[in-house]
Amino acid sequence: MTRRMETVFEASRPGRKGYALPELDVPAVDCRAALGKACRGKPPRLPEMAEVDVVRHFTRLSKLNYSVDEGFYPLGSCTMKYNPKVNEAAARMPGFAHLHPLQPEETAQGAMKLLFDLGAMLAEITGMDAVTLQPAAGAHGEQTGLMLIKAWHESRGDAKRTKVIVPDSAHGTNPASAAVTGFETVEVASDDEGMVDLGSLEAILDDTVAALMLTNPNTLGIFEKHILELTEAVHRAGGLVYYDGANLNAIMGKARPGDMGFDVLHLNLHKTFGTPHGGGGPGAGPVGVKAELEPFLPSPVVTLKGGRYTFTGKDERPLSIGRVRSFYGNFGVLVKAYAYIRALGPEGLKEASEMSVLNANYLAKKLGGLYPLAHKGHCMHEFVLNGGPLKHETGVSTLDVAKAVIEAGFHPPTIYFPLIVPEAIMVEPTETESVETLDRFAEAMEDIVAKARSEGPEAFHGLPTTTPISRPDETTAARNPILRWQFEE
Amino acid sequence: MSRYTPATAEDRRRMLEYIGVGSIDDLYSGIPAGVRQKDLPDIPKALSEPEVIRDLRELAGANRNIDDLPCFLGAGIYDHFIPAAVDSIISRGEFTTCYTPYQPEVSQGTLQAIFQYQTMVCELTGMEVSNASMYDGASATAEAAVLAASATKRKKILWGRNVNPQTREVLRTYCWSRSLEHGEVPAAGGTIDREALDGALSAGDAAALVVQSPSFFGTVEDIKALAEKVHGAGAILVVVTDLLALGTLEAPGVLGADIVVGDGQTVGNPASFGGPAFGFIAVNKPLMRKMPGRICGQTVDSRGRRAFVLTLQAREQHIRREKATSNICSNQNLCIVAASVYLSLLGPQGLAEVGGQVMAKMEYALGRLEKSGKFRRAFPGVPCFREAVLLSERPVKELNRRLLDAGIIGGYPLEPLYPELENGWLLAVTENRTKQEIDRLVAVAGGDA
Repeated sequence: MTRRMETVFEASRPGRKGYALPELDVPAVDCRAALGKACRGKPPRLPEMAEVDVVRHFTRLSKLNYSVDEGFYPLGSCTMKYNPKVNEAAARMPGFAHLHPLQPEETAQGAMKLLFDLGAMLAEITGMDAVTLQPAAGAHGEQTGLMLIKAWHESRGDAKRTKVIVPDSAHGTNPASAAVTGFETVEVASDDEGMVDLGSLEAILDDTVAALMLTNPNTLGIFEKHILELTEAVHRAGGLVYYDGANLNAIMGKARPGDMGFDVLHLNLHKTFGTPHGGGGPGAGPVGVKAELEPFLPSPVVTLKGGRYTFTGKDERPLSIGRVRSFYGNFGVLVKAYAYIRALGPEGLKEASEMSVLNANYLAKKLGGLYPLAHKGHCMHEFVLNGGPLKHETGVSTLDVAKAVIEAGFHPPTIYFPLIVPEAIMVEPTETESVETLDRFAEAMEDIVAKARSEGPEAFHGLPTTTPISRPDETTAARNPILRWQFEE
Repeated sequence: MSRYTPATAEDRRRMLEYIGVGSIDDLYSGIPAGVRQKDLPDIPKALSEPEVIRDLRELAGANRNIDDLPCFLGAGIYDHFIPAAVDSIISRGEFTTCYTPYQPEVSQGTLQAIFQYQTMVCELTGMEVSNASMYDGASATAEAAVLAASATKRKKILWGRNVNPQTREVLRTYCWSRSLEHGEVPAAGGTIDREALDGALSAGDAAALVVQSPSFFGTVEDIKALAEKVHGAGAILVVVTDLLALGTLEAPGVLGADIVVGDGQTVGNPASFGGPAFGFIAVNKPLMRKMPGRICGQTVDSRGRRAFVLTLQAREQHIRREKATSNICSNQNLCIVAASVYLSLLGPQGLAEVGGQVMAKMEYALGRLEKSGKFRRAFPGVPCFREAVLLSERPVKELNRRLLDAGIIGGYPLEPLYPELENGWLLAVTENRTKQEIDRLVAVAGGDA
């Protein structure tokens, strides 16, 4: 369908509405008299539409999206696995969806048990001692984790620890999270496998270092083989080690960050634990810590006392950093992650990780003949292709390749990340894809590379052609920002 | 095999053979022996789908929900009606299971939905620019405070004591972590104490005043007067408000607000034990390029057709890395789709009608409770929206116990956090409460037994 998609503002007709209220059963109040000058003057120009038109508008909008429900979504670092439907049904049960967060604790024991049990299961999976479920997203979790590190050093009177070490291969959020919690970022170089070089790390470790942030497997999809030496070195220097849980999907039931020497971590429930991304959120970014940092966790925490669950607030937890958001986190998302873990059980979680690694290695081998791989040997759950040589040879950039992948009917992999690989193409197939899907994707990539060699970049610049829009002009969008609908006055 | 992984035993065998290894464990040989782990002994065993449903139903059933218990509790989360069309739309996999719209050609649905949402927030708040949303109202307020500090190059954040206590807690946490100072301006008669505010602003070092209207007490602040004072001191006025209330109340942008933030739960998102919903933030053009989060903009595609993209990316953390002023790199997208469906269904008239019913039912409830002789209004004569403080004759704990025994969730007990409001009871009344429910509340709360 190529019909032009109108906005709700263009579709609006004065006098239409999509909702009727019950008749008012108490005496009406004159808002203008009651509120005086606080009463609204000019009404907001919201759309006026009948229900059927609203439903059709948003249904048609939805069809302009590509989604996991539609097909393969191999975005590296994003873990776009299938999102089980039963989890959606669970979160919508009235006993969860229609709970007020401040209603008496005795009327919310089931929800509190779920929070308590989910925290305990995440602690078990990661090897940590305590978990807060409050952070709303991965970056929010990072920020919270770094606050905990800051509070821990402060509590020891160690005020000079102002630096956070981040590898040059790190997710962009790591240095950003360090900056927004008042730390200065120091980069440590990685070797040609993206691994942190122990010597380089030791050279910059001193008593001003608060923490090292690492993701493991790293962003090239490789497990840090000197992980124990790295964490020991940081501990020896009086620092803490932070685990970015973005890549946990590779190692559930195989290795635990807590056993590797990590002190603080965040998880992305919308990656590893199957909750949907929703086009950018809501996610959830729980943070786990070792016992020593537990007193600093955000408040409130759920505790079990004499068979009853209670919320324990900051008044009883003097070292707590306080709140990072209201209430207890994105509860609806937490319900979905809980359902996911219960469905899989210990064997299923392990199998999810194993299959994510098997799928990645299978696809890496298939694509390794087309592109140089950024890793040697086997990868974990994702891998990075170096698009530099293809660009050098044919003039076809990684962006061109991504657009051709769209044309072939798939979502493209993550591109231009990690920064340490030129023209990077980062592929994460996840465990929920069948071998046939992987084969079809590999064939599409082969065709694209063949086309690059035979036809050159010009053949790519018009791509994609089958999508609702062709390549948008992003420069004009940024130079002359139009950020809201412009009404005709 | 779990039902979420399609690979058969035969598939695995073939794949391992293709890779050239004997077993999956061979692929894990890079993990040093010292950290290898065998099992997850404390995770309960796998459940089939019927068992998952049974387990969750049991947990959900151990709660009493606000469909069954008429809810007069607000304090940040409110029981407003949500038309069925909202959930129907956000249940669509095309909205639920897509990623952040980094590839605009296959994300126009999400992008146009964001663009429309941004417009609705601008219209309701009276501001020029909205982003694509924040985590929640409390953290959006904290980010607004940080933005104000960065824009004014000052280090002190002021807020009113009648700002939601949870928002103030988040403000304190963020201020501590950014090394910002803060101060609390007392309330007098339910609204911010103007004299105390003059005193706090006189030092000339405040980056921002954070004021909430409707406040935590439900009272409506005189934004215009506050804006004059705050601007006079060279500071930024951050107004925390509510999108549903703005169908009835004057837009803060019209009254001089510099940053408008709040929680979006009230427009189309269920209470859900406090989340997820979304936070909103809107500014005027001078602060546009400093605003945190992601923004969607309109442009054209290579064939000249209207198209939407994420824009002003230079501000985003994934580019700025260590120079970032905020690390937010997501939005509560599905929740803002819900909000835009809700607002499209109601329109300006529907939103004003909801506001009118809220005002009428609130007034009816307050009048009846006053008449019982057991309650009086804490701030008589001050305009309120959806919520008001009553001073109860008997302790609120006991009052709420009686109500719960009668199957009603009572108001929020204020005294633990506001000792100055002895037996203070924060009562919320939405359009969802019927006259019958209010009468029952009055009978139990105002009764003698």
